[in-house]
Amino acid sequence: MSSAFNRRRFLDAILGAGFISTIAAVAYPVWRYLIPPVSGEPATQSVVAAQASQVKPNSGLVFKFGSKPGLLVRTPDGELQAFNAVCTHLDCTVQYKPDTSQIWCACHNGTYDLQGNVVSGPPPRPLERLVVNQRGDEVVVSRT
Amino acid sequence: MSQIIDWVDERLDLSGIRHFIAEKGVPIHTQKIWYYLGGVTLFLFMVQVASGILLLLYYRPSASEAYESVQFIVTQVEFGWLIRNIHSWSANLLILAAFAHLFSVFFLKSYRQPRELTWISGALLLFLMLGFGFSGYLLPWNELAFFATKVGTGIAGAVPFVGRGMLRFLRGGDDVTGATLSRFYALHVAILPAMTTVLVALHLLFVQRQGMSVPMKEARRLRAGGFQKQMPFFPDYILRDVLVWYVAIALLAALAAFYPWELGRKADPFAAVPAGIRPEWYFLAMFHTLKLLPSHILGFEGERLGVLAFGLAAALLVVVPFLDRRASREESSPWFTTVGLAALLYFVAFTIIGYLAS
Ligand code: HEM
Ligand code: FES
Repeated sequence: MSSAFNRRRFLDAILGAGFISTIAAVAYPVWRYLIPPVSGEPATQSVVAAQASQVKPNSGLVFKFGSKPGLLVRTPDGELQAFNAVCTHLDCTVQYKPDTSQIWCACHNGTYDLQGNVVSGPPPRPLERLVVNQRGDEVVVSRT
Repeated sequence: MSQIIDWVDERLDLSGIRHFIAEKGVPIHTQKIWYYLGGVTLFLFMVQVASGILLLLYYRPSASEAYESVQFIVTQVEFGWLIRNIHSWSANLLILAAFAHLFSVFFLKSYRQPRELTWISGALLLFLMLGFGFSGYLLPWNELAFFATKVGTGIAGAVPFVGRGMLRFLRGGDDVTGATLSRFYALHVAILPAMTTVLVALHLLFVQRQGMSVPMKEARRLRAGGFQKQMPFFPDYILRDVLVWYVAIALLAALAAFYPWELGRKADPFAAVPAGIRPEWYFLAMFHTLKLLPSHILGFEGERLGVLAFGLAAALLVVVPFLDRRASREESSPWFTTVGLAALLYFVAFTIIGYLAS
């Protein structure tokens, strides 16, 4: 009696383990499939953002920095500054606001100063700064 | 006709269905108007399924073609504008109806024992409808939707610990790209419909098995020996339901004909966000709340706290029947009514403020 009972329990356990393994064998590859692969593209190091003569003082433009947008600003004093244009709040693309000479994010009204520091609104961190170099008339922007 | 029915009856025994049709009744009382909301929600869902399948015939889910294909539908395909407008407007009416249905059964306390499972399945359905709205919004690949999706998925990214993984999972990568569009497309036309079908079936099954609940006051009167007036479901009630559906059709047709749904400009990942960006109205209250939160509260990122609070509120909504013990004992629970009213007020007020602010 008790040996039959044990045998039954043993077989149930084997069967259960079999079912669980089947589920795991299906679920694991599906789970891994759902997670997108990390992009193989190397992070962009440097690009030509614009022709210096095109960027007037107190204006800004969005350029392509690899797969991300970058923001090139010429301050009212004529200095060139570049940032990763992805807002540190929720990833919107920021823009230069000439009337306040600040960088502005339209999504939740976040503002940054011309060093990329947060002035007001929800962004938790300063914008990532990029390095600007001039090569003739070309503005070369690169990662620090 | 009757010969055909007899023929089927002989083979499949329709007595169950016959019995069901003859017996099903709907209670009549002063609050019975709220019974229509679930039905109209279901009707609008069927409108979505039908118009959505039609859109599938021309829509192309890729970053380079999606916008153009929608443009093609509304400008070249005969009555394409009508199908797209119906699908867009009906989505909004559907969510409005689902919200109204939820609040009405909440205030009537219809969730009380023994209808807890009906409530839970309904609340999950509402979340699914919001998922439909969110994923569908991106499909035309226009500027507004593109950035709204960035922000929306970014909010998911603010969830503590699992946020980063959720964000990558939703976007199909680190950024909103064509990969995101493919994912949202699969969600919108396959995964969510499958889940919704199962849940709607359960929801209706529960409602069938238990019959319509009656408001507490009415139930008390019945227990005291009062008489429940009933209306037969077939054909009296179903005809009234259909009448309400006709009103919905008229409203939809008018909206679709006179207020075409905008397409806007094609999304450009390398353009600054246009001013006045905002999500669909049913996410506005949440959007505006997050906008008002300071960047740090007590050393935590404001966003994270906000997202946690909304997650908590959603979880509480699902388990309401188990929290409201008084209602399950058929006692009035004014606290729940008050909190429900506050939630409704907050939702309406913040939606309006959010609308005016953007
Ligand atoms: C796609 C969404 C939904 C559909 C298609 C739907 C459909 C229906 C239908 C046809 C009924 C029967 C008629 C009526 O009572 O109005 C019903 C009842 C009910 N629904 Fe929903 N519903 C949906 C969403 C919801 C939501 C969001 C909730 C709340 C969380 C909910 C909770 C209930 C409850 C508790 C009942 C029972 C009411 C009673 O028996 O008096 N439903 N639903
Ligand atoms: S995304 Fe920039 S302020 Fe929210």
